Amino acid sequence: MGAVAAEPLIEPYVVEDERRGLFRVNRRVFVDAAVLERERALIFDKCWLYVGHESEVARPGDFLTRTVGGRELIFVRGKDARVRAFFNTCPHRGAMVCREKSGNGTMFRCFYHAWAFDLQGKLVARPGTERYAEGSNADGVHDLVEAPKLDAYRGLYFVNYDRRAVDLVTYLAGATEFLDLVMDQSEVAMEIVGGAQEYGFAANWKLLCENSIDGYHGMPTHATYFDYVMASGGQLGENLTIVNRPNDLGNGHAVIEYGAPWGRPVAKPVKAWGEKGDADTAEIRARLEQRFGKARAERIAYQNRNMLIFPNLVINDIMAVTVRTFFPVAPGQQTVTAWALAPKEENAVMRERRLYNYLEFLGPGGFATPDDCEALALCQRGYNNLAMASWNDISKGMKEQNPTIEDEAQMRVFWREWHRRMSGAAS
Amino acid sequence: MSASVAKANALSVTRADVEDFLYMEAALLDEWKLADWLALFAPGARYWVPPAGASDDADPATTLFYVADDYHRLTERVKRLGKKTAHVEFPHSRCRRMVSNVRIVSGTDDAFVAMSNYVTYRSKRGITETYLGHHRYTLCRDGNSIKIKHKTTFVDTDDINAQGKVSIIL
Repeated sequence: MGAVAAEPLIEPYVVEDERRGLFRVNRRVFVDAAVLERERALIFDKCWLYVGHESEVARPGDFLTRTVGGRELIFVRGKDARVRAFFNTCPHRGAMVCREKSGNGTMFRCFYHAWAFDLQGKLVARPGTERYAEGSNADGVHDLVEAPKLDAYRGLYFVNYDRRAVDLVTYLAGATEFLDLVMDQSEVAMEIVGGAQEYGFAANWKLLCENSIDGYHGMPTHATYFDYVMASGGQLGENLTIVNRPNDLGNGHAVIEYGAPWGRPVAKPVKAWGEKGDADTAEIRARLEQRFGKARAERIAYQNRNMLIFPNLVINDIMAVTVRTFFPVAPGQQTVTAWALAPKEENAVMRERRLYNYLEFLGPGGFATPDDCEALALCQRGYNNLAMASWNDISKGMKEQNPTIEDEAQMRVFWREWHRRMSGAAS
Repeated sequence: MSASVAKANALSVTRADVEDFLYMEAALLDEWKLADWLALFAPGARYWVPPAGASDDADPATTLFYVADDYHRLTERVKRLGKKTAHVEFPHSRCRRMVSNVRIVSGTDDAFVAMSNYVTYRSKRGITETYLGHHRYTLCRDGNSIKIKHKTTFVDTDDINAQGKVSIIL
């Protein structure tokens, strides 16, 4: 890792020309295996990476297995109610100890030689254990290896493979304000609903970072979605204090805040929900107002938020709330996992509206996400021309004092941090 | 047992009838005749695609599906796929659907359940994606024809990392 960090960058990857108002990214960053190798060392091995939500391991013994930053993890709540992350590899010969996607149990047993570990990762049984020298596991070399750092912010668990990394809250910086606007939608706690959507597509992972907070592509890419919303009684609504602004949240995190014609389960009704929808959302807003006052309640209820937490966590609080993370498997290929997040106490009708909303825009069968993936795959294919057409442009709104979400200030936040880390700057 | 009850319990449709119907449905989809395909559905019908690996009793009220269309949204989906601005399917991908293992499981003329296995190929820009799984239909007899009341398409792979989307009707 140190050797990789010490190598100089050979060519400029991100070029910012304030005088001309130009911000450009070298297309090599999307196709070069050496860039990906450097990203693994300087970004994925250094940054806080999202693993899962507390509700997915709600009870002692609940576990799930995930691939996070190219590493195989077991994410488990122990008998002591603490959540831990272990590398899913047997200390004996290396086989993956847990083969299930999720479950509840009291121990993990590697089937190869039947070494068994408790939920705290301690070796508790193995055939022929008397043949091992006394004290050979005194320092835990025969226990599961725990991830260097695991921490949570309001139910979101992150792992960090760098022992020297700054603490999670410091890392999240200004993003906590916007995470609070999402998590405050519940008086109890938010929860992941109904599993995950796992998919993938042929485009570099950074293109999805950009796309997830891109307010410029909405109308041209998603015209059919807006056709559908309007055909289904969508409306911008009245009495809304609409803001339209990007925010630099520090450390490469960015968010756009804006109003939109779709309904929000917390809590903006649309005609399609009828009078019952008006009443349900009014009640939710009234509770929010009691807890937070009118201004914050309206901000939570009416404003949409698309947030990128550097490098690869997206929380989009739009017609539903989606949590999405994605990892490169090759320069031109990524895997995506997406979840729906909702207040635990949400009633059945509102929950149904939420999931209905989610599917109409989001995910592999939505009216929008497949067109995003298509756009990004076409970008990737276009980079076959990079030797003679070498630059991406991210200049929109460079000279604006008050950029809007249709500008590209929020993507520049991502790229500056990407460039800073890839240049070998300390984390 | 009264005559009307006996009639309601009867199923006059044969497996061969269902096979003919499902082959015709697959042909309409392969040929992108989506308005004709939509006409195979009874008003109020539903079209569901649960997530890969879901069990047969998966419910979109509690599970995050790929597709859980009521009749309104199914109609809108067909409209969308007819537009050039449905970018992922413009130009249309080439598709070919294989349907087999057709079985009538249970029911009466008013509502009977039929199952089939499928392999669907989708080809675009030099890449051919393969979807495989099974369909579960709730069908009803409609004069000399059959209508779909509910179609659920199960994707029987671990995930859809290789396909990445469900942008066609499976």
